[in-house]
Amino acid sequence: MTALLIRDLRLAVRAGGGFGLGLAFFLLVAVLVPLGVGPEGGTLGKIAPGILWVGALLSCLLSLDRIFALDFEDGSLDLLATSPLPMEGAVAVKALAHWLVTGLPLTLAAPVLGVLLYLPASGYGWLVVSLLIGTPALSVIGAFGAALTVGVKRGGLLLSLLVLPLYVPTLIFGAEVVKRGAAGMEIATPLALLAAITAGAAALLPFASAAAIRVNLR
Amino acid sequence: MEMRVSDLAVQRGGIVVLEGLSFTLPPGRALVLRGPNGVGKTTLLRTLAGLQPAVAGEVSIPAESLAYASHADGLKATLTVAENLAFWAAVYGTGLVEDALAGMNLRELRNRWAASLSAGQKRRLGLARLLVSGRPIWVLDEPTVSLDAASVALFAAVVRAHLAAGGSALLATHIDLGLDEAEVLDLTPFRATSRAARQDAGFQEAFL
Amino acid sequence: MSIWEYANPKKFMALSGRVLPWVAGLAALTLAAGLVWGFFLTPDDYKQGSTVKIIYIHVPAASAAINAWAVMLIASLVWIVRRHHVSALVAKAAAPVGLTFTLIALVTGAFWGQPMWGTWWAWDPRLTNFLIFALFYLGYIALWEAVENPDTAADLTGVLCIVGSVFALLSRYAVLFWNQGLHQGASLSMDAQENVSDVYWIPLVICIAGFELLFLALVLVRARTEIRTRRAQALMARERLA
Repeated sequence: MTALLIRDLRLAVRAGGGFGLGLAFFLLVAVLVPLGVGPEGGTLGKIAPGILWVGALLSCLLSLDRIFALDFEDGSLDLLATSPLPMEGAVAVKALAHWLVTGLPLTLAAPVLGVLLYLPASGYGWLVVSLLIGTPALSVIGAFGAALTVGVKRGGLLLSLLVLPLYVPTLIFGAEVVKRGAAGMEIATPLALLAAITAGAAALLPFASAAAIRVNLR
Repeated sequence: MEMRVSDLAVQRGGIVVLEGLSFTLPPGRALVLRGPNGVGKTTLLRTLAGLQPAVAGEVSIPAESLAYASHADGLKATLTVAENLAFWAAVYGTGLVEDALAGMNLRELRNRWAASLSAGQKRRLGLARLLVSGRPIWVLDEPTVSLDAASVALFAAVVRAHLAAGGSALLATHIDLGLDEAEVLDLTPFRATSRAARQDAGFQEAFL
Repeated sequence: MSIWEYANPKKFMALSGRVLPWVAGLAALTLAAGLVWGFFLTPDDYKQGSTVKIIYIHVPAASAAINAWAVMLIASLVWIVRRHHVSALVAKAAAPVGLTFTLIALVTGAFWGQPMWGTWWAWDPRLTNFLIFALFYLGYIALWEAVENPDTAADLTGVLCIVGSVFALLSRYAVLFWNQGLHQGASLSMDAQENVSDVYWIPLVICIAGFELLFLALVLVRARTEIRTRRAQALMARERLA
């Protein structure tokens, strides 16, 4: 398991691994939105929580198809499936690796981008907390979508279509935490629900993903 | 450590391709599968490796004893030769990287990126994965593709050593490896024809 | 004789062939009766005027859309547990019908919302949920279309349907949390207080029955088409093999 995690991280940071693409995309969103919306601090500050969450979500989406497609194309997925690693564990580890190279950097970069969007001062802490708790769900759900579409040629668009509706609850609760945090309101309920979705998804979805992979390898 | 297959039927794309196949593969023996393209060699090997379910019949393989090598080598271009092998050694929980590098004559290449290997060298690295797995039963799909004569001889020697050590190998190949221990099994007579097999093949067949 | 007998494509074809004209006829009759009654024989609402009558399409379409998803979920579960091919094809057949009903509910909702709320679209929780629901349908249908091998497609869409159902429920609560909404309370419920008055209620129930029958008829037609397609494919595959 650890070996698979290390391999995936190594592949991600080496040439052509796509590390940083998500971050760059996130940065672009944060720059383009004020250019489109206008520089008024009131408006930007008001929409900042939502923009940051949508931006993080889309950046995450960008690299989802790499989770399994590369291993499928070069045959390693077949070999992994016949190895002693349980497929459920492999799926969970690959989702974790995806989070470490996209979700975690996005979370760390978000406060900086919050400055560009005039996020109110009281929102920064909750921005980081909500992304830290919510983005793992994005990776796990994304891995499920990637598992479903691994056998489909040019499945990237299909993957987005399948995954985006599944992202709705995470997005709503995540952005709600930041919105309420920025406004100085109580955040316990959406934060608890966000954590519950992440925990539930991380516990159950790897089984569905593993089943989908086995079907696709058949 | 004996592989036993009885009355096996396998399907590809909803159509039964082979049926009534039975054989045993005892330790120390190799079995070479022959047959024209499309007869179902790859399908059979994938079924035995557990990647797809059998339509009928029984496969008995001792747990955790099979290592499968497909057409594709599953190499990562941006890892070095040694890193590629070390990953699989960790997955199989063995520390046989050095032995495998020596066995497939890859020592000098150990720090090269897999991307920079020639096709034959890649194939050798792919086969080195078998040595790293430490598994006794090898199931190999066209192992000698893109190997030159010297490498084929090297591979044959590796297989022979594996058999001598009590392992066994099931190979789909057209090249004569010169293995005295090898029996040849022609799959042509097992092509699915019978109506009965078509009936319970599941999928497409249910609609006929 | 067990109900699973009809999981055999041949038996299903025979039975559905006999039942289909009756279901279709009954659907036409019920719909005609319900819609004529609803549109022409009920009084205008004192607040909403005749606009209220769009309820006879809006509500039945919405309920049929949800029931279509339920049919897909059950059919997917049956397929995954018992591997009956007809079941997978019924799930496949139900999806586009369900999507159409979802779109009808959304469009009629917009027509109704315009004079009532003064806007074509409102991010009202129920409308939002239906929009998300439509996306689920789209994804499900797209996955069926994208995967070539029919058994693989059936398995994958089955898993998607189960996971999607859980997330659709989660989205429902998330959306309620996000916005409390302008929608009126339930149009139909066991609670007499909340119910729309009897004058509207009876034709509405007839319309709902009509839409459900229409759904059943459409699913039967589509499932029969799917089975014939598969039979044709199986025959061609056998030709190639022979």
